Amino acid sequence: MQLHDVWFVLIAVLWTGYFFLEGFDFGVGILTKLLARNRPERRVLINTIGPVWDGNEVWLLSAGGATFAAFPEWYATLFSGFYLPLLAILVCLIVRGVAFEYRAKRPEESWQRNWETAIFWTSLIPAFLWGVAFGNIVRGVKIDRHLEYVGNIWDLLNPFALLGGLVTLALFTFHGAVFTALKTVGDIRRRARRLALVAGLVTAVVALLFLGWAQVEQGDGKSLVALVVAVGALVAALMANQAGREGWAFALSGVTIVAAVAMLFLTLFPNVMPSTLNAEWSLTVSNASSSPYTLKIMTWCAAIATPIVMLYQGWTYWVFRKRIGTQHIAADAAAGAVH
Amino acid sequence: MDLALAPETLARWQFGITTVYHFLFVPLTISLAALTAGLETAWVRTEKEKYLRATKFWGKLFLINIAMGVVTGIVQEFQFGMNWSDYSRFVGDVFGAPLAFEALIAFFFESTFIGLWIFGWDKLPKKLHLACIWMVSIGTILSAYFILAANSWMQHPVGYRINNAKGRAELTDFWHVLTQNTALTQAFHTLTASFLTGGAFMVGIAAYHLRRKKHVTVMKTSLRLGLVTVVIAGLLTAVSGDLLGKVMFKQQPMKMAAAEALWDGQDSAPFSIFAYGDVSKGHNSVELSVPGVLSFLADDDFGSYVPGINDTNKAEQQQYGPGDYRPIIPVTFWGFRWMIGFGMASFALGLAGLWLTRKKCLLPPHLRVGEDEVPHLVLFRNKALGPVLTTWYWRIAIGTLGFPLIANSWGWIFTEMGRQPWVVYGVLRTRDAVSPGVSQGEVITSMTVFTLLYAILAVIEVKLLAKYVKAGPPELTESDLHPPTRIGGDSRDADKPMAFSY
Repeated sequence: MQLHDVWFVLIAVLWTGYFFLEGFDFGVGILTKLLARNRPERRVLINTIGPVWDGNEVWLLSAGGATFAAFPEWYATLFSGFYLPLLAILVCLIVRGVAFEYRAKRPEESWQRNWETAIFWTSLIPAFLWGVAFGNIVRGVKIDRHLEYVGNIWDLLNPFALLGGLVTLALFTFHGAVFTALKTVGDIRRRARRLALVAGLVTAVVALLFLGWAQVEQGDGKSLVALVVAVGALVAALMANQAGREGWAFALSGVTIVAAVAMLFLTLFPNVMPSTLNAEWSLTVSNASSSPYTLKIMTWCAAIATPIVMLYQGWTYWVFRKRIGTQHIAADAAAGAVH
Repeated sequence: MDLALAPETLARWQFGITTVYHFLFVPLTISLAALTAGLETAWVRTEKEKYLRATKFWGKLFLINIAMGVVTGIVQEFQFGMNWSDYSRFVGDVFGAPLAFEALIAFFFESTFIGLWIFGWDKLPKKLHLACIWMVSIGTILSAYFILAANSWMQHPVGYRINNAKGRAELTDFWHVLTQNTALTQAFHTLTASFLTGGAFMVGIAAYHLRRKKHVTVMKTSLRLGLVTVVIAGLLTAVSGDLLGKVMFKQQPMKMAAAEALWDGQDSAPFSIFAYGDVSKGHNSVELSVPGVLSFLADDDFGSYVPGINDTNKAEQQQYGPGDYRPIIPVTFWGFRWMIGFGMASFALGLAGLWLTRKKCLLPPHLRVGEDEVPHLVLFRNKALGPVLTTWYWRIAIGTLGFPLIANSWGWIFTEMGRQPWVVYGVLRTRDAVSPGVSQGEVITSMTVFTLLYAILAVIEVKLLAKYVKAGPPELTESDLHPPTRIGGDSRDADKPMAFSY
């Protein structure tokens, strides 16, 4: 296994971390409209992810930065090629971050309602678009001999990629509902479980279609194993959710995400972005990667930093392990006077 | 018309807009994190309530700022790939590493511990909560360092070789990239300027309240802290600026000649205070200057030779082939002056403030005031400033909070535009760095979207800041004064409302 293969795995790990973590906070954002019935409930939802969403988002920045350093050609082709969808994602992430931080900083209902609407849409749109992006990465896009993307925006909105978007959207909603059931008490917890069932069933249908499609077109034995694990974990997560085992349900919905991302990366390897124009023009782990020296330095950095990051991020989750419910929201706090 | 349609022009405008905007928040974030940490340390050590109230007040303003800093930073990381894909392909092997290090080491640190700090008031014991804000502060400084090391490599590429077969630059010595003198001095200069910015921000807001005789106890402490920060940071900004200038005279003579609009090289070169030149003719038509000072700035010697724009242009033509290697002279010339002028104006104001509000023991008894009274502004031994001058001092002090922001912006505009036509000095031209596959329409779309979004957010942010500034430091609650003793919070009453922040 050469260093650029190691880095292919590490990039997959960073994306997995991102989808596992921000996946549920996107889901919770979507639930602010689907599940919450009033302001205190929306506040409960937002506060289940309040202390952690920012740290979760850094997994994306790390995936981006690491791709830049380890696979400059991949970074360049991907980000310049997927220009407009990426712009939409960036706008969403900007508004979303500000929405979380500013929502409670004024007491007016209209102010808070606007930011809540923003949180919903800016969670939903990226949850969908990341699936579209990965659908295109896996399936391949029009890349010319200079490794430049030569398609247009409509080429990116093909049925396979749009189905991928539905998968991430449904999966993250499910993941978020399971997380909410794990982190809340009272009525909202029961309703979160019910919603998780619906979202989980939808996910099962679209995920089976999408992953099956990818498997038939590009899969091999390994990716089939990952596919089976993903679907099995999803079914098990649904069963755990029905049995009221919320910790297990969350762990298993996490396994679903890990296995689904693994499956996509397995079908991708050794390409990082196949060309649909000519297989010779595909970006691969070898023609897109950095020099061995850079990869070596990056490997040291990742090998030391990533476990430490996981430790202190894990500690954060432990500090905020208590469930919260509407009773924890002070009357004046609901009006926005905080601290 | 040709220039306006050059592919790199729009991408440059977009980079300029998003970066200058991002950098309005960065220095405030860096300095307010540390200053808030300092105030919280004072609270933990002395248990004086004014420090906790100050922590909460400045911490809130810090959070409103960092939110904008974080979200606008995301754009920075992605825009190299979006608008500058040929740049990314050419330099990714070298330039990507510090960016990845920043994310993996610094940004995780900052973002995780900020969550703990915001939500941890009733979840963490006092000292652990304090440790979190220090972690955030360390994260912001590390983050700045990695980014500045990456930028320094664009100013002065080292530790790399060109791989012609692959058509790219490849890293050969990462340690050299991180520790070259450009990176060290640039980090020194940027960090000190950041503290000048945060100090001036504190001085301005404290002056606002003191002028109205409100929240005096907390604001007096804040004023002192701000003034001391401004003076120390201001002095170090000047020192580091001088060091950086000397480094630049050696590494990018064109930038410094352009900073001075020094057209022809000369011994004992003057520092011009004002100049108006004709770029096409290559000389200044009006000039006011101090002899010898530029030579001193370049080389610590009033008599030494400083190369001019025309000589350097010729030298670069010989080295790199025919072409125009001059940046836009009026921008570099005035950018350099506005950077120094606004930066040093707030330093001077801080120095004056520190003297005018000096400690009680240095004042005659009749001018001393109590803890909760607004200090007299005492110029001479026995004489306080009159009411008109006092009002004006407070007014100017309020205004000073904007000065370093202007200075910072012009500093970046100067150093980045002064490097043109290069994106990586001597290695890659800006025109060869853009994304060939991205259409002008796409760039115009994203530029319009970002500019509008940033403008709207600026209005929201400033209004929110103004609201919290006017509200002043919060009153403390029982739970503020009795932080938990166990991690996760004391479980005295499980249904007690929590100190939510969102």
